[in-house]
Amino acid sequence: MFSYILKRLAIAVPTLLLLIVISFLLMHSAPGGPFTAERELPPQVLANLNAKYGLDQPLWRQITSYVWGIVAHFDFGPSFVYKDRTVNQIIAQGFPITLTYGLLSFALAVIVGVSLGVAAAIRHNTLLDYIAVGLSIGAQVLPNFVMAPILVLIFTLWLGWLPGGGWQGPEYWILPVIALSTSFMASIARITRSSMLEVLTSNHIRTARAKGLPERRVILRHALKPAMLPVISYLGPAFVAMITGSVVVDIYFSTGGIGKAFVDSALNRDYAVMMGVTILMGALTILFNLVVDILYGWIDPKIRY
Amino acid sequence: MNMKTLLATSAIALSLSFQAQAASVPDGVTLAAEQSYTFWLLDAIKSMDPQINTDVEGSDVLRNLFEGLYNEDSDGALVPGVAIDHTVSDDGLTYTFNLRDTAKWSNGEAVTANDFVYAWRRLADPATASEYAWYMELMQVENASAVVAGDMPTDALGVTAINDHTLEVKITTPLPYFPQMMVHASTFPVPQTVIEANGDNWTQPGTLVGNGAYTLTEHTLGERVVMEANDTYWDASNTVMKTLTALTINDQNQALTRYLAGELDRVDIPAGQYPRLAEEYPDQATSTPYNCSYIYMLNVGEKGPEALKDVRVRQAMAFAIDRDIIVDRILQGGQKGAYNWTHWAVADFERPHSEWADDMDQAQRIEKAKELMAEAGYSTDNPLELRLQYNTSDDHKKIAIAASQMLKAIGVNIVLDNYEWKIHTDRMQSQDFDMARYAWCGDYNEASTYLDLMTSYSGHNNGQWFNDQYDQIMADSKTAADPQPLYQQAETLLTDEMPIIPIYHYANVDMIAADIKGLPQNNVNNTWYGKDIYRVAE
Amino acid sequence: MMVATTENNPATEGMAARGRSPWADARRRFLRNKAAMFGLIILLFVAAFAIFGGLFSQWSNEELDYNVMGQVEQLGGPSFANGHYFGTDDLGRDLFARTVQGTQISLAVGVVGAIIAMVVGTLYGATAGYVGGRVDGIMMRTVDILMAVPYMFVLILMLVMYGRSITILFVGVGLISWMDMSRIVRGQTLSLKGREYVEAARATGVSAPIIILRHIVPNLLGVIAVYATLLVPLMILTESFISFLGLGVQEPMTSLGALISEGAGTIAYGTTWQLGFPLLFFCLTLFGFFFVGDGLRDALDPKDR
Repeated sequence: MFSYILKRLAIAVPTLLLLIVISFLLMHSAPGGPFTAERELPPQVLANLNAKYGLDQPLWRQITSYVWGIVAHFDFGPSFVYKDRTVNQIIAQGFPITLTYGLLSFALAVIVGVSLGVAAAIRHNTLLDYIAVGLSIGAQVLPNFVMAPILVLIFTLWLGWLPGGGWQGPEYWILPVIALSTSFMASIARITRSSMLEVLTSNHIRTARAKGLPERRVILRHALKPAMLPVISYLGPAFVAMITGSVVVDIYFSTGGIGKAFVDSALNRDYAVMMGVTILMGALTILFNLVVDILYGWIDPKIRY
Repeated sequence: MNMKTLLATSAIALSLSFQAQAASVPDGVTLAAEQSYTFWLLDAIKSMDPQINTDVEGSDVLRNLFEGLYNEDSDGALVPGVAIDHTVSDDGLTYTFNLRDTAKWSNGEAVTANDFVYAWRRLADPATASEYAWYMELMQVENASAVVAGDMPTDALGVTAINDHTLEVKITTPLPYFPQMMVHASTFPVPQTVIEANGDNWTQPGTLVGNGAYTLTEHTLGERVVMEANDTYWDASNTVMKTLTALTINDQNQALTRYLAGELDRVDIPAGQYPRLAEEYPDQATSTPYNCSYIYMLNVGEKGPEALKDVRVRQAMAFAIDRDIIVDRILQGGQKGAYNWTHWAVADFERPHSEWADDMDQAQRIEKAKELMAEAGYSTDNPLELRLQYNTSDDHKKIAIAASQMLKAIGVNIVLDNYEWKIHTDRMQSQDFDMARYAWCGDYNEASTYLDLMTSYSGHNNGQWFNDQYDQIMADSKTAADPQPLYQQAETLLTDEMPIIPIYHYANVDMIAADIKGLPQNNVNNTWYGKDIYRVAE
Repeated sequence: MMVATTENNPATEGMAARGRSPWADARRRFLRNKAAMFGLIILLFVAAFAIFGGLFSQWSNEELDYNVMGQVEQLGGPSFANGHYFGTDDLGRDLFARTVQGTQISLAVGVVGAIIAMVVGTLYGATAGYVGGRVDGIMMRTVDILMAVPYMFVLILMLVMYGRSITILFVGVGLISWMDMSRIVRGQTLSLKGREYVEAARATGVSAPIIILRHIVPNLLGVIAVYATLLVPLMILTESFISFLGLGVQEPMTSLGALISEGAGTIAYGTTWQLGFPLLFFCLTLFGFFFVGDGLRDALDPKDR
């Protein structure tokens, strides 16, 4: 187990390097640079800017000194566009915000989704089941960029219950979390339901029931754990999709998270911020996939590392 | 505009209109208990450093955190800022500004002429690498070009502190509108000690030291900026508004929804929504002229398409676009269709009479356009293929789509090319376009800010329409006692040659909360100051 | 994102009659699956709409209706009188024609993207699984590494860098998803490799590429078909997100995602038809693919037999 984790972490290093190189090359081969301005800059000013941000160096030197800065000082450099901030500062400001609504959405999606799925499976072919299935199918295909403006229209403009954007306290968290979690909630509910249905008809559940165990105990102790396997393998892709969703949340709810920072950095050619966010997201994805795998192994003892 | 009269009486000590500074609350008005004003920003503020900032939105914030030599009142006229007044030498080349001795930084230190000298040198210094360094050249400050290019040390710049409260500026050609240029954020003073102690990070809340009516208390990138009244400001006792908040909302429609929900006091109205809102909220929807013009720039240079080198094609295309439809059916916010380059509301400017604008209706223009196209050898059966490039925005998209349909009718088939701003700009600068959306906002309220742009040496003339006669007219206008006839000649030349297709002149189309007073209603640059605003009790 | 799941209870099926070919079995199971048949009908309807809808349209997708333009809220609603069955967009362009054309693009992106993912993933996975050994190790480690790249970010970068183009959209969307496919195919190949007919082919000296193409891939068609069907809606969702960011196809062309994001943005202004009709076709398309994909999986899943 321990050596498995080490091995996985060892893969993370080349992965991140590859990520850095791909993004670096993509970024630098693009038309327009960070200092493309409406009025062309005088050569001297441009030369100074390039020197200040190291863009006058050959590409391989830029990459190596960039990587060295991260490894040696955990320094992602200064932002090219937000000139009075460093990438570290931008991430330090935006990441906790994204993490907060991301984790809340994740928790909400798992808790509600699993509960709904289990309930629908137990009450198979009842009204509850149909409502749960219908709702989750609908919610699954509704893009969050449609959800977001509708939520604001209802809860901010019409009802006046919740602020329509910003990030000043818990009441500001509610709408972003709903907008981000709904489709994952729906997917998790559907997966849980069908996998629960399968488990409930399996032999070991029949045995448990035959032994006369109370239904509640059968479901919680014997059925739930194996039924979670497909849900857990879904969490990996869900996590990646949630990162994408954070862009929509940041745009519609002005949360100030790093999803919008990434899109802006790509549009503004802010090489440094774009690299910083990409590396952060890559590292998170690797870490998260590792956690999912460990969880998987813990639930399913058949898997050996 | 009062600066014109100023020049006529140069060499005498000049006094500007000494109206009461800061919020002038009429008698009998009850102020609201909570004095706070929340306004909208489309994007995160890129920098709060006056010499680094390049954005209009950044300038709105900077005007509250810093104060330059002069401010503008609600009509766009100059009023004293840090400078009380100034004198101009007989040759119009030396300006001497008298600074008030009560001006203070927010850390309590006095604002002196040296702070301006430091800031201006810093703007021109190649080591600062400011994208607005050229503003020093635009101001014609002595040796500005050489300093910006790194050929001269920064102390060669023609700005000196005679003493703590006297600033002298030497310029190379007389500029009638020079004092107007002092309103621009890049000329604001900055605190040398603070910058040297904190480096690029000096603009964070807590470290930022300014001399404006407000201090920065919070700045969450992409979320909000909060500014509180600064009690060391020289006119703090007259500042009514206590808190200014700027909310970043990336989506214009979303911003309007949040305004209607009461979260904002001012927001832009998206295209097409003004008539409905004006009917529903007559006390809140406003439309005032705004000093920007929207055009399609044609590439007549070497890399441009052969067809556009034919003036008949350029004119036909300009004639075929129905501006009434664009302003009345698409934008619908009180914008005006444009038949020339300079914004109609620019001070003292009057558009010269022109045949296509004044003597023809749209049906006649389209008829004429078809004739011109036929002469040039094109028709709907043998159409000309052109690419129209625009940067990402709902409004640009709508106008481009409409224009492409209008041009189709005279035999120009348009392929739409939408690019992000950076690529759009990059392609324009490398002449990699046929026809590109462009807009220019005047840096000051005078026609030359537009007309200079079309000179061969402007640095913005991406369509490469180089015309010696035009250059000569603009050069002459710099020293003319009355430049307006020359400006008219320049406009007529642009109409004859049509290197750009004027589309419309901007308006500020806003929702402003009914209880917010003191925002400028008649200032074409929409230059506003938090200290002039107040909220009345309902 | 979604992972579709088994909709019907597998225990009620699976009593396969003896002596029929597995394909006939699968077809029978599929035809009996109500949800899958419903999905198929929906898909046929959407496809017919995309292909033949233009014949009924009285307007092209780019003409401006000057009678409506400027008063879209009052006059632009759905109407048979002026030929705008679905109403018009903000510029007075016919929404019916635009929805037809948008459905074409969305379906094309979905199907072409899925085919690219399928071809690349299948060949890659089958090769790794068949060759095995160190090659397999290296190929699969590479997939592990690539899995951690936040692809949505790379896709955004590509579109920002090289300008929007439908080719990049097709290729980019396809290249996001081939990795999962390659893993699944590799696993299946490993189990097929030991079969007698593959051994026999190898013994008679048939070359590896031919064995892979003639003997391995055809036997994987079921798995591939299921997975590819379920990929299509994911591609369509990805495209809609790209359109939301304003990086989709160039005007006057459009896609369902672009129409929805325009409609959702102006939802507060009373022009609900601008969201409603495109969203209807968007949801129908996604439902159709999900149901058919689920049905195919149930029909082909060997576990049930």
